[in-house]
Amino acid sequence: MSWQGWAALAFWIATSALNVTIANRWGGHRWARIFVPVLFGITLLVLWQGMVIGLGVSPVILPPPSMIAARFAESTGLLWGDFAQTILKGALAGYVIGCGAAVLVAIVVDRSPFLQRGLLPVGNFVAALPIVGIAPILVMWFGFDWQSKAAVVVVMVFFPVLVNMVAGLAATDALQRDLMQTYSATYRQSLLKMRLPAAMPFLFNGLKIATTLALIGAIVAEFFGSPTRGMGFRISTAVGQLDMPLVWSEIAVAALAGSGFFGMMVLIEKVVTFWHPSQRAK
Amino acid sequence: MKTILPILTVVAAIVVLWYGAAVWLNSKWVYDQAARAGTEVTTAQLISETMAQERPVLPAPHQVLAGLWDGVAGQKITSKRSLVYHGWVTLSATMAGFVLGTAAGLILAIGIVHSRAMDMSVMPWAIASQTIPILAIAPMVIVVLASLGIKGLVPKAIIAAYLSFFPILVGMVKGLRAPDGMQLDLLRTYNTPRAAVLWKLRLPSSMPYLFASLKVGVAAALVGTIVAELPAGATAGLGARLLSGSYYGQTVQIWAALFAAALLAAALVAVVGAIEAVTLKRMGMAR
Repeated sequence: MSWQGWAALAFWIATSALNVTIANRWGGHRWARIFVPVLFGITLLVLWQGMVIGLGVSPVILPPPSMIAARFAESTGLLWGDFAQTILKGALAGYVIGCGAAVLVAIVVDRSPFLQRGLLPVGNFVAALPIVGIAPILVMWFGFDWQSKAAVVVVMVFFPVLVNMVAGLAATDALQRDLMQTYSATYRQSLLKMRLPAAMPFLFNGLKIATTLALIGAIVAEFFGSPTRGMGFRISTAVGQLDMPLVWSEIAVAALAGSGFFGMMVLIEKVVTFWHPSQRAK
Repeated sequence: MKTILPILTVVAAIVVLWYGAAVWLNSKWVYDQAARAGTEVTTAQLISETMAQERPVLPAPHQVLAGLWDGVAGQKITSKRSLVYHGWVTLSATMAGFVLGTAAGLILAIGIVHSRAMDMSVMPWAIASQTIPILAIAPMVIVVLASLGIKGLVPKAIIAAYLSFFPILVGMVKGLRAPDGMQLDLLRTYNTPRAAVLWKLRLPSSMPYLFASLKVGVAAALVGTIVAELPAGATAGLGARLLSGSYYGQTVQIWAALFAAALLAAALVAVVGAIEAVTLKRMGMAR
């Protein structure tokens, strides 16, 4: 192992010691909560870089982060085109349609306890199934372009959101419902003013789970056929050409998109459910 | 009884909708055939013909069941057409990955509960890693490991392990922290070493959490294995069956493989559930 490897190891040991000290001494502080994980992330990158260079690993197997960053910088145009095709068209369209449909169905189902008792176990069962498997069928039905990817995403996000939304609509307790009754509120009024707001924490739980599912659905569906752009298409062809830095760049894009999407839902959740105990300032 | 009737109703409604959709989606082909032959089709003819096509757009439920039955019971188990054979290939990789992922999740959870530095540095990244569509790297993992000479079960198991490790980690961190302050304080007054606290208090009280996350984890491991079988020309496994079906337009084969995967998932979750019931009962924790 050359000196880069040893340097990375030394860096790792030093930062771990620093992290342990900070965590034990100032663990409660706000800056420590941000500093410790960030330092850990940087350490992982340094360790990756040092080990790959130090041990002389072939870039075909695992390229070092610096090489990936260089490839990322030189092919931003290509990456943006893939991002637009897969995330903006396929995943986002499917996400909106699937979540919207799930919320509407949940509101309809909520009126009938009979349907609820029947649909919930079935929905839970379907949510545990390998739904990605329907991707080839939907690609056959809707063609190779983004519509079929959106369709896969619709099916994938539908059940988790449905199950959460039904649970959320049932979240009000008898006391609250009685209060609405004493106000002689109609079904619509109590739905809009009490039960929908009360369901929001549950709904956002489902929406957050669905963000990752949407990206997975859109990318995996492209393995079954796609136009000559898109993240899944690029990953599978670049793997074939052993262009690993490009593959890792696509993965970096997917990671950024996934975290950004998730973060956006967390922000919206903060605004919408500001009243919930888990969101109130401590 | 109170839940069986509604469930049966919902399932029956789905089957009826499915038959309707099958007639609607497959009718185009029947009309085309009739137009080519210069004949008219009556409604009864239309329905019977949409039910029995060889490559329907949407196979009717009974066709899928027939395909499933043929794949499970109609073939020799060693045959390449047997769903039992493909299911076994998928199941073995799933189990290997599930065991691997469970072990990794358990070890990390124990570390996180005992070390504050690990909790603060690893936990945010573990959560962030789940917002990454990790299945996207499945083809790369397979190709890279193949170039190192590792093929077959191991690459699939690694992807399955990655997917199943996260639910276990999160569940067990919660579970190992489940004992309340009073119980921990009691052991402290006994001057109990940390290993004994883990072994005698934390692990036992985490069992309900462990099983809840095992159920999620085993389903995730199956999804991981199936996706891992899609790229790079895998020849065996339910995922490969899906892919070859989509290449050759064999819709009945796709649906049969899909149903086999669903049955496998349900069976795995049921097995974990049964172990859970027995264990919790023996430990006096059954609700």
